[in-house]
Amino acid sequence: MNEQEQKAFEEEIYSFVGQVVYPTTPAPDDINETMIRQWSEILGETNPAYLDAEWAANSSRGHTIAPPAMMYVWGQEGFQVTQGRAPNAMSTLVEVFNRHGFTGVLGTNVKQQYMKESCIGDNISVHMIIDNISERKTTARGTGYFFETLSTFTDQHNDVVGTQRFKVLKFAPQEQPTAATDDGALEVPTRIPSPRGHDNKWWWDACDEGKVLIQRCKNCDTLRHPPRPMCGECQSMDWDSIESTLDGEIMSYTCLRHPVIPGYPKDPICAVIKLAEGTHFVANLVGCEYEELSIGMKVKGKVEQVDEKTVLPQFYPV
Amino acid sequence: MSEYKTLTAADVSVGDKLQSTDIDISTGLVVCGALATRDFEPVHHSKAEAQAVGLPDVFMNILTSQGLMTRFATDWSGPEATVNSIDLKLGAPNIPGMVMAMTGEVTAVNGDTVDINILGENNIWGMHMQGTIQLTLPKEA
Repeated sequence: MNEQEQKAFEEEIYSFVGQVVYPTTPAPDDINETMIRQWSEILGETNPAYLDAEWAANSSRGHTIAPPAMMYVWGQEGFQVTQGRAPNAMSTLVEVFNRHGFTGVLGTNVKQQYMKESCIGDNISVHMIIDNISERKTTARGTGYFFETLSTFTDQHNDVVGTQRFKVLKFAPQEQPTAATDDGALEVPTRIPSPRGHDNKWWWDACDEGKVLIQRCKNCDTLRHPPRPMCGECQSMDWDSIESTLDGEIMSYTCLRHPVIPGYPKDPICAVIKLAEGTHFVANLVGCEYEELSIGMKVKGKVEQVDEKTVLPQFYPV
Repeated sequence: MSEYKTLTAADVSVGDKLQSTDIDISTGLVVCGALATRDFEPVHHSKAEAQAVGLPDVFMNILTSQGLMTRFATDWSGPEATVNSIDLKLGAPNIPGMVMAMTGEVTAVNGDTVDINILGENNIWGMHMQGTIQLTLPKEA
């Protein structure tokens, strides 16, 4: 799309701002006990304000109310949506986006505000407009535009019971989604496997057997970690190893709050530990709170199975 | 008068944690949640349609997520609380077989209104939804 084409396209999409998607449309069903009870049953909701007329009669409200989260439910189009929706300003806007390559769609935010509680017998009408469309944005999903619909819900007294803002990203996907066909069970993510190369495989293999080894120069007896082929002191390439007792103390530590990494615990504490043998070692501290830790604190390591596929040394405060 | 207790603002402080809960995402919850919220979009009840858009299975609709979020808040507050607003950022889909852990924390107390930050995170893809629910708690008896 060149500059002129983009300008024409943006003029076209921005002309949708303010257009009505649904004129004020009363819900096919009044708010009723049956739909509330079924919704509650499925969602595991037990709130007596929705479900227990006797309790509610004696509550400060004096009657049951509809779950606020059902506000949008009452006016939903029915089963016919499986055959496609009737065209409206939103579907036309979506078509314009699709025609220009912005075929991806992602709901990003939904905000509901509730001004008045509704109860059984009320009828909720919904009125929806396209409220705003952003400028062109570059997102992790691809380049696109956010558009936001604003729905206003009123009852039979014409009182506003609530509003909903729903934000959608229409974007040009980096790659077209391919149909998934894998019926296999979802795999629970595990930690990234340790890379095992020529110079460190021996170390990880020992770890799998529950031992933390420290490399030792055969020529000058200097210990070194992490494993590497040559002694930094005497340049000898002959080495053997000793087993660590995993007694140590904290030299430095931090907590990784963001991002959350699939397969790893939340808010992991990572520390540099000075082992009793003298070498330094990076590992997780577990079984403690970040706030309890301090530099110089004594810790003791244990080699443990941390997930289905991974064995690692972890350290505990002594 | 009943076994249901509702918190008042005096019971609540910024930093209070809500009792966390795990929700098993079953096919039943996804499909029946979609139907209970009258969301008949095929991707929420037809595995073939969900796979056609690149997901391994049917996925939870937004209205079910919203319902679970408010349930989590009012399970904590008690039934006399009024829900003022729910403001959600949407993340990774909830697919059958996943477990969604819900956690929450009070982030503001202004008079009788409290803001609760709630996170629903599934065990495979991470954040499913995150946002703020505002409640008004009853005046002290």
